[in-house]
Amino acid sequence: MHWSINTPLVIVLLLNLFMLSVSRMRSLIYSAAAQGVILSALPLLLEKRIDSMIIIVALVTAAIKGLLIPQMLHKALRDAQIKREVEPLIGFLPTMLLGALGTAVSITFAAYLPMTQTGSSTLIIPASFSTVLTGFLLLTTRYKAITQVIGYLILENGIYIFGMLLLAAVPFLVELGILLDLFVGIFVVSIILNHINEAFSSLDTRQLTALKE
Amino acid sequence: MEMSLTLLALALIAISGVPGLMARRRDSWGQSIATILTVSGSVMGLVGGFVALVTGRVSMARLPGIWPGLPLHLRMDSLTAFFTVLIFLMAAAGSVYGHGYWRQAKHPTTGRKLRFLYGLLIASMVVVTLAYDALAFLLAWEIMALTSYFLIATEDHKPECRQAAWVYFVATHIGTLALFAMFALLHDASGTFLLLPIPVAAGLGIETAIFLLALIGFGLKAGIMPLHFWLPGAHANAPSHISALLSGVLIKIGIYGLLRILTLLPNPPAVWGVLILMLGTANALLGVMFALGQHDIKRLLAYHSIENIGIILMGLGLALIGLAAHRPVWVVLGIAGCLLHVWNHGLFKSLLFFSAGSVVHATDTRDIDSFGGLAKRMPWSAGLFMIGAIAICGLPPLNGFISELLVYLGLIRPAANVAAGGWAAVALGAGALTVVGALAVACFVKVFGAVFLGVGRTDVTAKAHESPMSMIGPMTVLAGVCALIGIAPIVVVLPLGHAAAAWTGDAAVPRRLAAALHWETLTIISTSFAAALVILMFAVRATRRHAMVPRVPTWACGYARPSSRMQYTAASFAQLLVGLLRWVLCPVTHGKEPWQLFAPSVQRHTDVPDFITDRVGFKAWNQFKRWLMPVRRVQQGSVQEYLLYMLLALFLLLGSLIPIESIFMHVMGR
Repeated sequence: MHWSINTPLVIVLLLNLFMLSVSRMRSLIYSAAAQGVILSALPLLLEKRIDSMIIIVALVTAAIKGLLIPQMLHKALRDAQIKREVEPLIGFLPTMLLGALGTAVSITFAAYLPMTQTGSSTLIIPASFSTVLTGFLLLTTRYKAITQVIGYLILENGIYIFGMLLLAAVPFLVELGILLDLFVGIFVVSIILNHINEAFSSLDTRQLTALKE
Repeated sequence: MEMSLTLLALALIAISGVPGLMARRRDSWGQSIATILTVSGSVMGLVGGFVALVTGRVSMARLPGIWPGLPLHLRMDSLTAFFTVLIFLMAAAGSVYGHGYWRQAKHPTTGRKLRFLYGLLIASMVVVTLAYDALAFLLAWEIMALTSYFLIATEDHKPECRQAAWVYFVATHIGTLALFAMFALLHDASGTFLLLPIPVAAGLGIETAIFLLALIGFGLKAGIMPLHFWLPGAHANAPSHISALLSGVLIKIGIYGLLRILTLLPNPPAVWGVLILMLGTANALLGVMFALGQHDIKRLLAYHSIENIGIILMGLGLALIGLAAHRPVWVVLGIAGCLLHVWNHGLFKSLLFFSAGSVVHATDTRDIDSFGGLAKRMPWSAGLFMIGAIAICGLPPLNGFISELLVYLGLIRPAANVAAGGWAAVALGAGALTVVGALAVACFVKVFGAVFLGVGRTDVTAKAHESPMSMIGPMTVLAGVCALIGIAPIVVVLPLGHAAAAWTGDAAVPRRLAAALHWETLTIISTSFAAALVILMFAVRATRRHAMVPRVPTWACGYARPSSRMQYTAASFAQLLVGLLRWVLCPVTHGKEPWQLFAPSVQRHTDVPDFITDRVGFKAWNQFKRWLMPVRRVQQGSVQEYLLYMLLALFLLLGSLIPIESIFMHVMGR
């Protein structure tokens, strides 16, 4: 039972490290999409009896995270005509090391948390913490507005993994609602991206400091 | 019934600006809806308020709060109703006035937000007066502070508006801080967050602490010197109907708060009364003196608000001294003068701001020395300004006279009574009030003369035009109420008695108030005086109609080419008095004096900077800024940094989850 859940989670962890080290924007978007698709399959593996509702939610999640959102990001990338490189504040290797350190801390930290049985025996909590951390690292160390969007996306993935613990308690409808929020959020941001591009003729978020009083 | 009417009115006014938010920029239907809703709400509120005032009943309500298990308690007694009546009247007048003054078509970008915030501000002020627990009070107080901040900053593209609003923002939050401390102490003393009187056993120490905190917190709102520093800038830079609301109503909410908290403190010692009386006297004197030196018509009116808050405080101080000295007559005269002046000042100051606004509307400037001769072009505004000016100077037969008469009589009473002993010194306040009255007359002669009489000094007056009916109408109503209270003061005896009784908690007060003054005689004298004035006016008109008024140039000591710029300016008119009061006002003169043969062209102008805002305030502000520079480094506007702060906060929160003790035990155990 555990290996079936832990295998995808290990892939998620590896993807985290990969995303921190990658320099091409396109690869970053693809890996975020891949992570989303893998995560959408998690409830199928966790739940004991599978009904149509779960399958629908998993399919919708996969479609949105794996197809729709990457599509929108690609479109924004094309429309804004930005360079296809990730601009880091600190280098790729140091961020990856930080991510690795974060993962290690997450695993030790999770062991000490007062949790129920399902929590302590799988990689769910460490993976969730590490993914949230990865999201934050992307948000704080990358300059381009589009990497910020991907950062939020990964942050949400982390929270989603944590939600797996509460699978019995939280109805899927809530999960769908969150998904809708995420979708609308990214939709709006990809529009804002264009506006930032027009106003500052770049997507560098450092320019936004001009807005402070 | 009065409570439900008030609550309904409140709800109507609060949402009055909401439909307009959905209107397009150029559409004016949102404005019409807002005005209709505000006026109909105000009528309900006025009915509710008057029912409560006339019957003297107390009604309670409990609203579901923002948090489960924490309902908001509301209570309406005559003191509350006394203030809600003022708020609702001003809300209606200001809303109709704003219809003409701040037309949506002319102000497409600011009109919608202004009306939305206007409704919220009115509603929050009503809730402040209704609040019966600390939560409701503070909640409404904060909404009031924020909405008024945004209203002052209506024209936020102008740097001076942003600065005035910012100063107000700082002031109001210092005040709120003091109020939080005060309510905490009140809770300590009384054991409940309801506004219930604290037990005598709580001790004088905690009572005095509560009193002083209330004085700071409410004093900042009321503009008690030296806490008035936000007031002149804010009043000058807000749109005129907002200035009227700030000056006529908002600062009175500060007075209301002080009055309400004083009802909770048993046996106020005489020294509080003396303190308030002295503060009031200083406020009145300094307020009118600084008003004399101003060039900006709305700034000048703002300083007069400070003066009138002083007169209100003098009444309150006398009432407190009376309570401590067990002199019911002093109490009645003092609190009645205080309360009636709250109404009166609200009425005539709004009238003055409205008519000043009408002048500003026509000329686009606030500089008194740019006007001149406007009485010919704007006869209605001039006449209504005149009525407001007579009322604010405390001259009969208008309302200012009645309330100042009450304060005068109360202040003289201790001196007239041999048994009063040392309290005879209180009568010095009456002397100060006389000086204030005389200076106010001088000041308004200056304003009226420079703005409305003579001939136009600059070409801004040439394009001046009379304001539309929607602006003149509310001004006429306010002038009418001023005249009604002045001519027939007997109409206020009943509401005033009930409100004063609600403050003192003594049922005998209405009877004492009716006996304290010969109200019938006063009414007859005032009415006949007013009638005589009106007859005289018509008689002069009738004789003048047939006479030819010759138009000849003024004799200018033989100078051959007199120009319109050679009239008395406001500054030269006030120069004598400003010079005499140099030691208080410290006027600043810019430019050289033309002391040479064949004088060259020179420019001179004088200024009376505010002693707190301009002299102390900005220095202190800059010093603060220097100290707080290291903190500003945290706030650099970088998204990445902000996210990092969030991450750190998250780590701290998660860190608190780590069971350090058990880890420690675990390691030690092994």
